[in-house]
Amino acid sequence: MKKNNFLHKHQKTLAPLLSLVLIILVTASITPGFLSIKIVDGHLFGSLLDILHRATPTALVALGMAVVIGTRGIDLSVGAVIAISGAVTAVLTVNTDFPVWLVVLCALGTGVVCGLWNGILVSVFNIQPIVATLILMVAGRGIAQMITEGQIVTFHSDVLDAIGNGYFLAFPIRVWIAIGMIVLTVLVMRKTALGLFIEAVGANVRASRLVGIEARLLVLSAYVFSGFCAAMSGIILAADIRGADANNAGLWLELDAILAVVLAGASLAGGRIYLLLTIVGVLIIQTLTTAILTSGLPAQYNLVVKATIILAVLLIQSPKTRQWLSGFFSKNKNAGKSSAGEASTDKRSAKP
Amino acid sequence: MINERNLPILATLLVFIMLYGFGMYQYQGFRDTLVFSNLLTDNAFLIITAIGMTFVILSGGIDLSVGSMIAFIGVLMAYLISNTGMHPLFAIGIALVVGVAFGAAMGVIIAFFEIQAFIVTLAGMFLFRGLAYLINLDAVPIDHPFIAGLYDIYVPLPGRGGLTFIAMAMLVLLALGILIARRTRFGMSVYALGGDSHSAALLGVPVKKTIIKIYALSGFYSAMSGVIFAIYTGSAYPLAAVGVELDAIAAVVIGGTLLTGGVGYVFGTFLGGMIQGIIQTLITFDGSLNSWWTKLAVGGLLLFFILLQKGIVVWVKKRSAS
Repeated sequence: MKKNNFLHKHQKTLAPLLSLVLIILVTASITPGFLSIKIVDGHLFGSLLDILHRATPTALVALGMAVVIGTRGIDLSVGAVIAISGAVTAVLTVNTDFPVWLVVLCALGTGVVCGLWNGILVSVFNIQPIVATLILMVAGRGIAQMITEGQIVTFHSDVLDAIGNGYFLAFPIRVWIAIGMIVLTVLVMRKTALGLFIEAVGANVRASRLVGIEARLLVLSAYVFSGFCAAMSGIILAADIRGADANNAGLWLELDAILAVVLAGASLAGGRIYLLLTIVGVLIIQTLTTAILTSGLPAQYNLVVKATIILAVLLIQSPKTRQWLSGFFSKNKNAGKSSAGEASTDKRSAKP
Repeated sequence: MINERNLPILATLLVFIMLYGFGMYQYQGFRDTLVFSNLLTDNAFLIITAIGMTFVILSGGIDLSVGSMIAFIGVLMAYLISNTGMHPLFAIGIALVVGVAFGAAMGVIIAFFEIQAFIVTLAGMFLFRGLAYLINLDAVPIDHPFIAGLYDIYVPLPGRGGLTFIAMAMLVLLALGILIARRTRFGMSVYALGGDSHSAALLGVPVKKTIIKIYALSGFYSAMSGVIFAIYTGSAYPLAAVGVELDAIAAVVIGGTLLTGGVGYVFGTFLGGMIQGIIQTLITFDGSLNSWWTKLAVGGLLLFFILLQKGIVVWVKKRSAS
């Protein structure tokens, strides 16, 4: 009985984690050597490390996205911001003799400016987040192309190379960067009142204003944070390929990031967000991609499998499905009992 | 006649006339009917997609799967025609049924499982793109005398221009869209849903049924757009029409439809699609501007229309309050 309680209590936490473990186990049984990790030159190598390595840009973006979704928003422009910050990194490295730290700072700055733009449209002009960020999503790649003058700008810099592909203490440096960001965000969101405020704004703007939360500033800072994270991801992606591709850098990354947040059990209608589970969501998506590639299935199955699994997870997570299932089981248990009480709670939960 | 609901579409019309007038004033070649008929033909697939999107947005939803649907339908058609030797008309029929079925399926998930349209159609976007890859990885020509015959149908206009089959099909679908929106019970339900879904339900609008129909309709229009795109390019490519969903949403918004739903016109969407085409044509005529200016211009227009709508909404609220 106690065990059941535990399961019930942590149902939401366990579902994504179990999915991840299941996917890894299934892949490991199909692909021999999937779980093996070798040490070469003091660096860890293996499929699992590869997943971590490839998941970092998405993880960073998803982190910002989770905070934005917590405020009942969405940021569609992150892919475009990645392209812009990558373009800034490349062009400044090639055309100026700025030191690397200044280049990185400028690229992060552009991300912050992009976030400010989105945030002002959403919080000051009260424009729906999907619409407000759509503008930058459409125009952003144009801006990135303008910065690179339509070319794919390639560059060389030792420090940026290290950020893209270097190792530190056996792990890729970019994974360390992501871990640092995750820890920092979790601390701020969970150990300070800020996280509570952001979720309060997402759950009910009016109520949060009545208790004295400065909603506008919070929403604005959420978008700035998302822009900052996207810029970081853009720098890593540009450093990875040693070039800036305004058309393709970070293409569809916003969608993967949103999926990760939703897989973690957050509602797009705002409120509670799950930062660590979001990272689990990112790992699920990346493991799926890597698993399909290493399992010998043709690469074209990638999207179909991904879409099917995501749909399945969404359907399972849908409160409606749970209601039906629980209704089905309770009917079986005591067929005579009407579910009047349940119906009334349903109505209450259906209202936003 | 001029009330605040019509202001966005009047602004759209004004932008359309100004851009077109600017082109006619600036360039000799722009004055020919050829430019106009080319606009109709070249933007037909975008406008057709955007008409379906208009219904979705009017109801307060969104459909991100349309671009992938265009590619999937094209690849499916090519497969049916060249691998099974089917007559193109049957292939088009099957493609349309598939499009409607997939659209309706997404509608069912949105209506009955109460998952946000954004996420469901996002999964649909991955799924259709993936299905297109499964059928074919490369660009393949669609070689059939019937398709070529359709492409060659041409009604000359005064001047050098003329209506192609593609342009005419688009205009017919536009008229159909306007009729559905304005003259059917379903159309009224769509507007009611977008205005306020709670009141709509209380007024007796069958909410779930309407949602399913809306996404089925959007599936129909994007499948139709896939067919037109295949005729237009004479080929099928699984990577075709990437990002068209964004252009379609932009066309709807520039066409004056409120993204929160409830207010807008299908005809405005037509103008919105044409405006994007004119911007592209103007940039081509200029010759010195790079292609990214299109994106910047469309982004700027989007911002303008969104702020305009916001301003109108605020103004109306203030006026009704006082």
